[in-house]
Amino acid sequence: MESIGSLIIFYILGAIIIGSSVMAVTSKKMLRAATYLLFVLISTAGLYLLLNYHFLAAVQLSVYAGGILILFIFAILLTSARGDKTEPHDKRRIITGVVTALAGIVVTTLVTLKHQVLYNGNPTVTGDQEIPVKEIGFALMGTDKYQYLLPFEALSVLLLVCAIGSILIARKR
Amino acid sequence: MLDFSNVTNWIDTTLHRYLSDGWALATEFVLIALMLLIAYAILALVLIYMERKVCAFFQCRIGPNRVGKWGLLQSVADMVKILLKELVHINRADHFLFRVASFVVIIGSICTFGALPFAKGLQAIDFNVGVFYLLAVSSVGVVGILLAGWSSNSKYTMIGAMRSGAQLISYEISAGLSVLAVVILAGTMQVSEIVALQTDRWFIFQGHIPACIAFLTYLIAGHAETNRGPFDLPEAESELTAGYHTEYSGIQFGFFYLAEYMNMFIIAAIGSTLFLGGWMPLHIPGWESFNHVMDLVPSFIWFFGKTFFCIFLALWVRWSFPRLRIDQLLSLEWKVLMPICLVNLVLMSLVVIF
Repeated sequence: MESIGSLIIFYILGAIIIGSSVMAVTSKKMLRAATYLLFVLISTAGLYLLLNYHFLAAVQLSVYAGGILILFIFAILLTSARGDKTEPHDKRRIITGVVTALAGIVVTTLVTLKHQVLYNGNPTVTGDQEIPVKEIGFALMGTDKYQYLLPFEALSVLLLVCAIGSILIARKR
Repeated sequence: MLDFSNVTNWIDTTLHRYLSDGWALATEFVLIALMLLIAYAILALVLIYMERKVCAFFQCRIGPNRVGKWGLLQSVADMVKILLKELVHINRADHFLFRVASFVVIIGSICTFGALPFAKGLQAIDFNVGVFYLLAVSSVGVVGILLAGWSSNSKYTMIGAMRSGAQLISYEISAGLSVLAVVILAGTMQVSEIVALQTDRWFIFQGHIPACIAFLTYLIAGHAETNRGPFDLPEAESELTAGYHTEYSGIQFGFFYLAEYMNMFIIAAIGSTLFLGGWMPLHIPGWESFNHVMDLVPSFIWFFGKTFFCIFLALWVRWSFPRLRIDQLLSLEWKVLMPICLVNLVLMSLVVIF
Protein backbone atom coordinates (compact mmCIF):
# COMPACT_ATOMS: atom_id res chain seq x y z
CA MET A 1 0.00 0.00 0.00
CA GLU A 2 2.76 2.36 0.92
CA SER A 3 4.59 1.68 -2.32
CA ILE A 4 1.38 2.50 -4.19
CA GLY A 5 1.23 5.76 -2.29
CA SER A 6 4.78 6.69 -3.24
CA LEU A 7 4.04 5.65 -6.84
CA ILE A 8 1.08 8.01 -6.91
CA ILE A 9 3.20 10.82 -5.49
CA PHE A 10 5.91 10.04 -8.03
CA TYR A 11 3.46 10.24 -10.94
CA ILE A 12 1.99 13.50 -9.64
CA LEU A 13 5.46 15.01 -9.32
CA GLY A 14 6.43 13.71 -12.76
CA ALA A 15 3.30 15.16 -14.33
CA ILE A 16 3.98 18.53 -12.70
CA ILE A 17 7.59 18.48 -13.89
CA ILE A 18 6.70 17.59 -17.49
CA GLY A 19 3.77 19.99 -17.70
CA SER A 20 5.62 22.91 -16.16
CA SER A 21 8.75 22.40 -18.25
CA VAL A 22 6.69 22.42 -21.44
CA MET A 23 4.90 25.55 -20.21
CA ALA A 24 8.22 27.16 -19.27
CA VAL A 25 9.46 26.76 -22.82
CA THR A 26 6.26 27.73 -24.61
CA SER A 27 5.14 30.60 -22.36
CA LYS A 28 5.04 34.00 -24.04
CA LYS A 29 5.94 36.02 -20.93
CA MET A 30 9.40 35.80 -19.45
CA LEU A 31 8.34 35.99 -15.83
CA ARG A 32 5.73 33.30 -16.29
CA ALA A 33 8.39 31.05 -17.77
CA ALA A 34 10.50 31.69 -14.68
CA THR A 35 7.56 30.78 -12.44
CA TYR A 36 7.01 27.50 -14.29
CA LEU A 37 10.72 26.83 -13.89
CA LEU A 38 10.22 27.37 -10.15
CA PHE A 39 7.55 24.65 -10.15
CA VAL A 40 9.90 22.29 -11.99
CA LEU A 41 12.71 22.91 -9.49
CA ILE A 42 10.46 22.47 -6.45
CA SER A 43 8.98 19.22 -7.77
CA THR A 44 12.50 17.96 -8.46
CA ALA A 45 13.24 18.63 -4.80
CA GLY A 46 10.11 16.60 -4.08
CA LEU A 47 11.56 13.70 -6.08
CA TYR A 48 14.72 13.82 -3.97
CA LEU A 49 12.58 13.79 -0.82
CA LEU A 50 10.78 10.75 -2.18
CA LEU A 51 14.17 9.06 -2.59
CA ASN A 52 14.95 9.82 1.08
CA TYR A 53 17.81 12.05 0.01
CA HIS A 54 16.96 15.02 2.21
CA PHE A 55 20.28 16.77 1.84
CA LEU A 56 20.01 17.05 -1.92
CA ALA A 57 16.39 18.20 -1.60
CA ALA A 58 17.41 21.01 0.73
CA VAL A 59 20.30 21.93 -1.56
CA GLN A 60 17.96 21.94 -4.54
CA LEU A 61 15.56 24.27 -2.75
CA SER A 62 18.11 26.68 -1.37
CA VAL A 63 20.44 26.83 -4.37
CA TYR A 64 18.03 26.60 -7.30
CA ALA A 65 14.65 27.75 -6.03
CA GLY A 66 15.96 30.20 -3.46
CA GLY A 67 19.12 31.39 -5.18
CA ILE A 68 19.41 31.02 -8.93
CA LEU A 69 15.74 31.53 -9.68
CA ILE A 70 15.69 34.74 -7.65
CA LEU A 71 18.65 35.94 -9.71
CA PHE A 72 16.71 35.06 -12.88
CA ILE A 73 13.68 36.98 -11.70
CA PHE A 74 15.82 39.93 -10.67
CA ALA A 75 17.48 39.97 -14.08
CA ILE A 76 14.10 39.81 -15.82
CA LEU A 77 12.67 42.57 -13.64
CA LEU A 78 15.65 44.83 -14.29
CA THR A 79 16.00 44.27 -18.02
CA SER A 80 12.58 43.71 -19.55
CA ALA A 81 9.82 46.29 -19.76
CA ARG A 82 6.23 45.53 -18.82
CA GLY A 83 4.31 43.95 -21.66
CA ASP A 84 7.39 42.54 -23.33
CA LYS A 85 6.59 39.32 -25.12
CA THR A 86 8.93 36.80 -26.60
CA GLU A 87 8.71 36.37 -30.35
CA PRO A 88 6.53 33.48 -31.50
CA HIS A 89 8.56 30.39 -32.30
CA ASP A 90 8.98 29.72 -36.02
CA LYS A 91 8.58 26.25 -37.49
CA ARG A 92 12.27 25.40 -37.70
CA ARG A 93 12.78 26.16 -34.03
CA ILE A 94 9.84 24.00 -32.97
CA ILE A 95 11.03 21.06 -35.08
CA THR A 96 14.61 21.24 -33.82
CA GLY A 97 13.36 21.57 -30.26
CA VAL A 98 11.12 18.53 -30.53
CA VAL A 99 13.85 16.48 -32.20
CA THR A 100 16.39 17.43 -29.49
CA ALA A 101 13.93 16.58 -26.73
CA LEU A 102 13.13 13.18 -28.29
CA ALA A 103 16.82 12.43 -28.74
CA GLY A 104 17.42 13.34 -25.12
CA ILE A 105 14.64 11.02 -23.95
CA VAL A 106 15.98 8.14 -26.06
CA VAL A 107 19.55 8.59 -24.86
CA THR A 108 18.68 8.87 -21.16
CA THR A 109 16.33 5.89 -21.17
CA LEU A 110 18.89 3.77 -23.03
CA VAL A 111 21.62 4.75 -20.60
CA THR A 112 19.54 4.12 -17.48
CA LEU A 113 18.23 0.78 -18.80
CA LYS A 114 21.44 -0.61 -20.25
CA HIS A 115 24.04 0.69 -17.86
CA GLN A 116 24.95 -0.82 -14.53
CA VAL A 117 24.42 1.62 -11.66
CA LEU A 118 27.43 3.83 -11.23
CA TYR A 119 29.55 3.56 -8.10
CA ASN A 120 28.71 -0.08 -7.56
CA GLY A 121 31.99 -0.56 -5.74
CA ASN A 122 31.72 2.63 -3.70
CA PRO A 123 31.40 1.76 -0.02
CA THR A 124 29.90 5.16 0.91
CA VAL A 125 26.79 4.56 -1.19
CA THR A 126 24.52 2.36 0.89
CA GLY A 127 21.25 1.48 -0.75
CA ASP A 128 18.00 2.80 0.69
CA GLN A 129 19.39 4.43 3.77
CA GLU A 130 19.84 8.14 4.00
CA ILE A 131 23.44 9.29 4.17
CA PRO A 132 23.98 11.45 7.26
CA VAL A 133 25.14 15.01 6.64
CA LYS A 134 28.26 14.38 8.66
CA GLU A 135 29.42 11.78 6.15
CA ILE A 136 28.70 14.11 3.23
CA GLY A 137 30.74 16.78 4.96
CA PHE A 138 33.69 14.46 5.53
CA ALA A 139 33.48 13.27 1.92
CA LEU A 140 33.56 16.87 0.69
CA MET A 141 36.51 17.80 2.87
CA GLY A 142 38.59 14.62 2.71
CA THR A 143 41.49 13.65 0.48
CA ASP A 144 41.02 9.86 0.41
CA LYS A 145 39.44 7.78 -2.32
CA TYR A 146 35.80 8.80 -3.02
CA GLN A 147 36.43 12.11 -1.25
CA TYR A 148 36.25 15.41 -2.98
CA LEU A 149 38.47 18.12 -1.52
CA LEU A 150 40.22 19.00 -4.80
CA PRO A 151 37.08 19.48 -6.94
CA PHE A 152 35.50 21.39 -4.08
CA GLU A 153 38.43 23.79 -3.90
CA ALA A 154 38.63 24.12 -7.69
CA LEU A 155 34.95 25.04 -7.80
CA SER A 156 35.34 27.61 -5.06
CA VAL A 157 38.26 29.21 -6.94
CA LEU A 158 36.06 29.30 -10.06
CA LEU A 159 33.27 31.02 -8.13
CA LEU A 160 35.75 33.52 -6.70
CA VAL A 161 36.97 34.33 -10.19
CA CYS A 162 33.38 34.91 -11.31
CA ALA A 163 32.68 37.18 -8.34
CA ILE A 164 35.82 39.27 -8.89
CA GLY A 165 35.14 39.49 -12.61
CA SER A 166 31.57 40.68 -12.13
CA ILE A 167 32.68 43.29 -9.61
CA LEU A 168 35.34 44.52 -12.07
CA ILE A 169 32.79 44.82 -14.88
CA ALA A 170 30.29 46.60 -12.64
CA ARG A 171 32.92 49.04 -11.35
CA LYS A 172 33.99 50.20 -14.79
CA ARG A 173 30.73 52.00 -15.48
CA MET B 1 7.74 15.87 32.12
CA LEU B 2 4.81 15.58 29.75
CA ASP B 3 6.00 13.63 26.73
CA PHE B 4 3.91 14.11 23.62
CA SER B 5 5.40 11.09 21.88
CA ASN B 6 3.12 8.95 24.11
CA VAL B 7 0.07 10.68 22.65
CA THR B 8 1.30 10.48 19.08
CA ASN B 9 2.30 6.83 19.49
CA TRP B 10 -1.13 6.03 20.91
CA ILE B 11 -2.82 7.69 17.91
CA ASP B 12 -0.46 5.79 15.61
CA THR B 13 -1.20 2.37 17.14
CA THR B 14 -4.97 2.89 17.26
CA LEU B 15 -5.01 3.98 13.63
CA HIS B 16 -2.95 0.95 12.65
CA ARG B 17 -5.36 -1.32 14.52
CA TYR B 18 -8.36 -0.22 12.47
CA LEU B 19 -6.79 0.62 9.11
CA SER B 20 -4.25 -0.90 6.78
CA ASP B 21 -0.76 0.60 6.84
CA GLY B 22 -1.12 2.87 3.85
CA TRP B 23 -4.46 4.32 4.89
CA ALA B 24 -3.23 4.82 8.45
CA LEU B 25 -0.29 6.78 7.10
CA ALA B 26 -2.57 8.80 4.84
CA THR B 27 -4.88 9.68 7.75
CA GLU B 28 -1.88 10.67 9.83
CA PHE B 29 -0.66 12.97 7.06
CA VAL B 30 -4.06 14.64 6.86
CA LEU B 31 -4.30 14.94 10.66
CA ILE B 32 -0.85 16.49 10.95
CA ALA B 33 -1.56 18.91 8.13
CA LEU B 34 -4.82 19.95 9.78
CA MET B 35 -3.17 20.39 13.17
CA LEU B 36 -0.38 22.49 11.68
CA LEU B 37 -2.75 24.68 9.70
CA ILE B 38 -4.97 25.26 12.74
CA ALA B 39 -1.96 26.05 14.92
CA TYR B 40 -0.68 28.37 12.19
CA ALA B 41 -3.93 30.32 12.04
CA ILE B 42 -4.44 30.52 15.81
CA LEU B 43 -0.87 31.60 16.48
CA ALA B 44 -1.19 34.29 13.83
CA LEU B 45 -4.34 35.63 15.55
CA VAL B 46 -2.54 35.64 18.91
CA LEU B 47 0.44 37.41 17.38
CA ILE B 48 -1.66 40.10 15.73
CA TYR B 49 -3.44 40.78 19.04
CA MET B 50 -0.10 40.83 20.86
CA GLU B 51 1.42 43.19 18.32
CA ARG B 52 -1.44 45.66 18.65
CA LYS B 53 -1.43 45.55 22.44
CA VAL B 54 2.34 45.84 22.83
CA CYS B 55 2.48 48.62 20.24
CA ALA B 56 -0.28 50.44 22.12
CA PHE B 57 1.55 50.18 25.43
CA PHE B 58 4.73 51.48 23.86
CA GLN B 59 2.81 54.49 22.60
CA CYS B 60 0.99 55.02 25.92
CA ARG B 61 -2.38 53.95 24.50
CA ILE B 62 -4.74 51.17 25.59
CA GLY B 63 -5.05 49.42 22.24
CA PRO B 64 -8.02 47.25 21.23
CA ASN B 65 -10.44 47.06 24.17
CA ARG B 66 -13.98 46.87 22.79
CA VAL B 67 -14.41 43.37 21.33
CA GLY B 68 -14.45 40.88 24.17
CA LYS B 69 -12.63 41.27 27.47
CA TRP B 70 -9.51 43.45 26.95
CA GLY B 71 -10.23 43.34 23.24
CA LEU B 72 -9.27 39.67 23.11
CA LEU B 73 -11.63 38.89 20.24
CA GLN B 74 -10.49 41.85 18.13
CA SER B 75 -8.24 39.81 15.84
CA VAL B 76 -10.96 37.16 15.43
CA ALA B 77 -13.34 39.89 14.32
CA ASP B 78 -10.69 41.18 11.93
CA MET B 79 -10.25 37.68 10.54
CA VAL B 80 -13.99 37.37 9.84
CA LYS B 81 -13.93 40.78 8.19
CA ILE B 82 -10.99 39.90 5.96
CA LEU B 83 -12.67 36.64 4.91
CA LEU B 84 -15.81 38.49 3.85
CA LYS B 85 -14.04 41.16 1.83
CA GLU B 86 -14.29 41.39 -1.93
CA LEU B 87 -11.29 40.43 -4.04
CA VAL B 88 -10.60 43.49 -6.17
CA HIS B 89 -9.95 42.77 -9.83
CA ILE B 90 -6.74 44.51 -10.90
CA ASN B 91 -6.82 45.98 -14.38
CA ARG B 92 -4.06 44.79 -16.70
CA ALA B 93 -2.31 42.74 -14.03
CA ASP B 94 -0.85 39.31 -14.70
CA HIS B 95 -3.60 37.39 -12.92
CA PHE B 96 -1.97 33.99 -12.90
CA LEU B 97 1.22 35.28 -11.24
CA PHE B 98 -0.82 37.60 -9.03
CA ARG B 99 -2.62 34.62 -7.50
CA VAL B 100 0.39 32.30 -7.42
CA ALA B 101 2.52 34.84 -5.55
CA SER B 102 0.44 34.83 -2.36
CA PHE B 103 0.47 31.04 -2.29
CA VAL B 104 4.24 30.83 -2.78
CA VAL B 105 4.80 33.16 0.15
CA ILE B 106 2.52 31.28 2.51
CA ILE B 107 3.66 27.80 1.43
CA GLY B 108 7.27 28.70 2.16
CA SER B 109 6.27 29.84 5.61
CA ILE B 110 4.07 26.82 6.38
CA CYS B 111 6.78 24.36 5.29
CA THR B 112 9.18 25.98 7.75
CA PHE B 113 6.53 25.94 10.46
CA GLY B 114 6.08 22.18 10.02
CA ALA B 115 9.63 21.30 11.04
CA LEU B 116 9.69 23.17 14.34
CA PRO B 117 9.92 21.19 17.60
CA PHE B 118 6.98 22.52 19.59
CA ALA B 119 7.40 20.32 22.66
CA LYS B 120 8.96 17.08 23.77
CA GLY B 121 7.95 14.56 21.10
CA LEU B 122 5.83 17.09 19.26
CA GLN B 123 7.68 17.59 16.00
CA ALA B 124 6.03 16.74 12.71
CA ILE B 125 9.21 15.94 10.81
CA ASP B 126 12.75 15.58 12.05
CA PHE B 127 15.14 15.72 9.13
CA ASN B 128 18.76 14.76 9.36
CA VAL B 129 19.45 18.12 7.71
CA GLY B 130 16.89 19.93 9.89
CA VAL B 131 18.52 23.36 10.21
CA PHE B 132 19.50 23.41 6.55
CA TYR B 133 15.95 22.47 5.60
CA LEU B 134 14.56 25.37 7.65
CA LEU B 135 16.90 27.83 5.90
CA ALA B 136 16.23 26.35 2.46
CA VAL B 137 12.46 26.38 2.66
CA SER B 138 12.25 29.86 4.11
CA SER B 139 14.27 31.19 1.17
CA VAL B 140 11.51 30.29 -1.29
CA GLY B 141 9.21 33.01 0.02
CA VAL B 142 11.30 35.73 -1.64
CA VAL B 143 10.17 34.50 -5.05
CA GLY B 144 6.57 35.10 -4.03
CA ILE B 145 7.32 38.64 -2.92
CA LEU B 146 9.10 39.46 -6.19
CA LEU B 147 6.27 37.95 -8.25
CA ALA B 148 3.65 39.83 -6.24
CA GLY B 149 5.43 43.11 -6.78
CA TRP B 150 5.83 42.60 -10.51
CA SER B 151 2.46 41.11 -11.34
CA SER B 152 0.26 43.73 -9.71
CA ASN B 153 1.13 46.36 -12.34
CA SER B 154 1.98 49.26 -10.08
CA LYS B 155 5.12 51.29 -9.44
CA TYR B 156 4.80 51.15 -5.67
CA THR B 157 4.64 47.38 -5.57
CA MET B 158 7.53 47.11 -8.01
CA ILE B 159 9.80 49.30 -5.85
CA GLY B 160 8.69 47.42 -2.76
CA ALA B 161 9.46 44.07 -4.36
CA MET B 162 12.91 45.15 -5.53
CA ARG B 163 13.77 46.50 -2.11
CA SER B 164 12.51 43.44 -0.36
CA GLY B 165 14.36 41.11 -2.72
CA ALA B 166 17.64 42.91 -2.12
CA GLN B 167 17.02 43.00 1.62
CA LEU B 168 15.99 39.37 2.05
CA ILE B 169 18.81 37.98 -0.06
CA SER B 170 21.43 39.97 1.82
CA TYR B 171 20.13 39.27 5.30
CA GLU B 172 19.73 35.58 4.61
CA ILE B 173 23.53 35.41 4.54
CA SER B 174 23.91 36.76 8.07
CA ALA B 175 21.09 34.61 9.42
CA GLY B 176 22.62 31.52 7.80
CA LEU B 177 26.10 32.30 9.09
CA SER B 178 24.93 32.84 12.67
CA VAL B 179 22.94 29.59 12.51
CA LEU B 180 26.09 27.89 11.23
CA ALA B 181 27.88 28.98 14.41
CA VAL B 182 25.40 26.91 16.40
CA VAL B 183 25.78 23.99 14.01
CA ILE B 184 29.54 24.08 14.62
CA LEU B 185 28.97 24.08 18.37
CA ALA B 186 26.43 21.25 18.21
CA GLY B 187 28.17 19.16 15.55
CA THR B 188 24.81 18.17 14.08
CA MET B 189 22.04 19.70 11.99
CA GLN B 190 19.20 17.54 13.32
CA VAL B 191 16.85 19.74 15.32
CA SER B 192 15.95 17.07 17.89
CA GLU B 193 19.61 16.37 18.59
CA ILE B 194 20.38 20.07 18.91
CA VAL B 195 17.67 20.34 21.55
CA ALA B 196 18.87 17.18 23.32
CA LEU B 197 22.43 18.55 23.49
CA GLN B 198 21.17 21.52 25.49
CA THR B 199 19.98 19.41 28.42
CA ASP B 200 22.65 20.68 30.79
CA ARG B 201 23.06 24.22 29.60
CA TRP B 202 21.55 26.12 26.70
CA PHE B 203 23.84 26.85 23.79
CA ILE B 204 23.92 30.55 24.56
CA PHE B 205 25.66 29.66 27.86
CA GLN B 206 27.66 26.75 26.44
CA GLY B 207 29.14 28.74 23.60
CA HIS B 208 30.55 31.61 25.68
CA ILE B 209 30.94 34.91 23.79
CA PRO B 210 30.60 33.64 20.18
CA ALA B 211 27.18 32.17 20.93
CA CYS B 212 26.01 35.49 22.35
CA ILE B 213 27.32 37.34 19.28
CA ALA B 214 25.65 34.79 17.02
CA PHE B 215 22.36 35.20 18.90
CA LEU B 216 22.49 38.98 18.50
CA THR B 217 23.36 38.85 14.80
CA TYR B 218 20.67 36.20 14.28
CA LEU B 219 18.06 38.39 15.94
CA ILE B 220 19.02 41.40 13.82
CA ALA B 221 19.17 39.43 10.57
CA GLY B 222 15.98 37.53 11.36
CA HIS B 223 14.25 40.77 12.14
CA ALA B 224 15.28 42.14 8.77
CA GLU B 225 14.16 38.94 7.06
CA THR B 226 10.64 39.35 8.35
CA ASN B 227 10.41 42.85 6.81
CA ARG B 228 9.62 44.43 10.13
CA GLY B 229 10.77 46.99 12.57
CA PRO B 230 13.42 49.44 11.48
CA PHE B 231 13.85 47.26 8.39
CA ASP B 232 10.31 47.51 6.98
CA LEU B 233 11.41 49.34 3.83
CA PRO B 234 9.65 46.95 1.44
CA GLU B 235 6.32 48.12 2.81
CA ALA B 236 7.26 51.55 4.06
CA GLU B 237 3.75 52.92 4.35
CA SER B 238 4.73 56.58 4.20
CA GLU B 239 6.41 56.27 0.80
CA LEU B 240 5.11 53.09 -0.84
CA THR B 241 1.56 52.83 0.62
CA ALA B 242 1.97 49.14 1.44
CA GLY B 243 4.92 48.01 -0.67
CA TYR B 244 4.67 44.77 -2.57
CA HIS B 245 1.15 43.89 -1.40
CA THR B 246 -0.47 47.26 -2.09
CA GLU B 247 -2.82 45.89 -4.74
CA TYR B 248 -3.93 42.81 -2.85
CA SER B 249 -7.29 42.69 -1.14
CA GLY B 250 -9.39 40.34 0.96
CA ILE B 251 -8.00 36.93 1.72
CA GLN B 252 -5.12 37.30 -0.74
CA PHE B 253 -3.86 40.19 1.34
CA GLY B 254 -4.64 38.04 4.37
CA PHE B 255 -2.14 35.45 3.13
CA PHE B 256 0.66 38.01 3.05
CA TYR B 257 -0.39 39.35 6.42
CA LEU B 258 -0.47 35.85 7.94
CA ALA B 259 2.86 34.91 6.41
CA GLU B 260 4.46 38.09 7.72
CA TYR B 261 3.36 37.48 11.28
CA MET B 262 4.11 33.78 11.19
CA ASN B 263 7.56 34.45 9.78
CA MET B 264 8.18 36.52 12.87
CA PHE B 265 7.07 33.56 14.98
CA ILE B 266 9.20 31.13 12.97
CA ILE B 267 12.32 33.28 13.24
CA ALA B 268 11.77 33.60 16.99
CA ALA B 269 11.11 29.86 17.31
CA ILE B 270 14.27 28.90 15.41
CA GLY B 271 16.23 31.38 17.52
CA SER B 272 14.88 29.96 20.76
CA THR B 273 15.45 26.38 19.58
CA LEU B 274 19.04 26.95 18.53
CA PHE B 275 20.21 29.31 21.25
CA LEU B 276 17.80 29.08 24.18
CA GLY B 277 17.27 25.33 24.27
CA GLY B 278 13.91 24.97 22.51
CA TRP B 279 11.51 23.05 24.75
CA MET B 280 14.35 22.13 27.12
CA PRO B 281 13.82 23.51 30.65
CA LEU B 282 16.42 25.71 32.31
CA HIS B 283 18.93 23.34 33.89
CA ILE B 284 21.92 24.37 35.98
CA PRO B 285 24.47 21.57 36.46
CA GLY B 286 24.75 20.63 40.13
CA TRP B 287 21.46 22.16 41.28
CA GLU B 288 19.48 18.91 41.36
CA SER B 289 16.33 20.11 43.14
CA PHE B 290 16.16 23.27 41.03
CA ASN B 291 16.37 21.16 37.89
CA HIS B 292 13.55 18.90 39.10
CA VAL B 293 11.32 21.90 39.79
CA MET B 294 12.07 23.20 36.30
CA ASP B 295 11.21 19.81 34.82
CA LEU B 296 7.71 20.07 36.28
CA VAL B 297 6.86 22.90 33.88
CA PRO B 298 5.50 21.33 30.66
CA SER B 299 7.85 21.49 27.69
CA PHE B 300 5.49 23.35 25.38
CA ILE B 301 5.26 26.17 27.94
CA TRP B 302 9.05 26.46 27.84
CA PHE B 303 9.04 26.55 24.05
CA PHE B 304 6.29 29.12 23.71
CA GLY B 305 7.65 31.16 26.61
CA LYS B 306 11.05 31.49 25.00
CA THR B 307 9.58 32.10 21.56
CA PHE B 308 7.27 34.82 22.81
CA PHE B 309 10.19 36.36 24.65
CA CYS B 310 12.06 36.61 21.34
CA ILE B 311 8.92 37.97 19.66
CA PHE B 312 8.63 40.58 22.39
CA LEU B 313 12.21 41.63 21.68
CA ALA B 314 11.27 42.02 18.00
CA LEU B 315 8.23 44.13 18.87
CA TRP B 316 10.29 46.22 21.28
CA VAL B 317 12.81 46.99 18.55
CA ARG B 318 10.10 47.67 16.00
CA TRP B 319 8.33 50.31 18.04
CA SER B 320 11.50 51.95 19.37
CA PHE B 321 13.68 52.64 16.36
CA PRO B 322 13.10 54.78 13.26
CA ARG B 323 13.21 53.21 9.81
CA LEU B 324 16.54 52.88 7.98
CA ARG B 325 17.22 54.12 4.47
CA ILE B 326 17.78 51.45 1.82
CA ASP B 327 21.51 52.22 1.40
CA GLN B 328 22.01 52.23 5.18
CA LEU B 329 20.17 48.95 5.36
CA LEU B 330 22.34 47.26 2.76
CA SER B 331 25.60 48.67 4.08
CA LEU B 332 24.65 47.54 7.59
CA GLU B 333 24.40 43.99 6.27
CA TRP B 334 27.38 43.85 3.92
CA LYS B 335 29.82 46.05 5.81
CA VAL B 336 28.95 45.33 9.44
CA LEU B 337 26.88 42.23 10.08
CA MET B 338 28.44 39.83 7.61
CA PRO B 339 32.09 40.50 8.63
CA ILE B 340 31.08 40.11 12.28
CA CYS B 341 29.39 36.81 11.46
CA LEU B 342 32.41 35.52 9.55
CA VAL B 343 34.82 36.42 12.37
CA ASN B 344 32.36 34.91 14.81
CA LEU B 345 32.43 31.62 12.89
CA VAL B 346 36.22 31.46 13.34
CA LEU B 347 35.85 32.33 17.02
CA MET B 348 33.24 29.61 17.46
CA SER B 349 35.48 26.98 15.86
CA LEU B 350 38.28 28.06 18.21
CA VAL B 351 35.93 27.67 21.19
CA VAL B 352 34.90 24.22 19.99
CA ILE B 353 38.50 23.10 19.43
CA PHE B 354 39.83 24.29 22.79
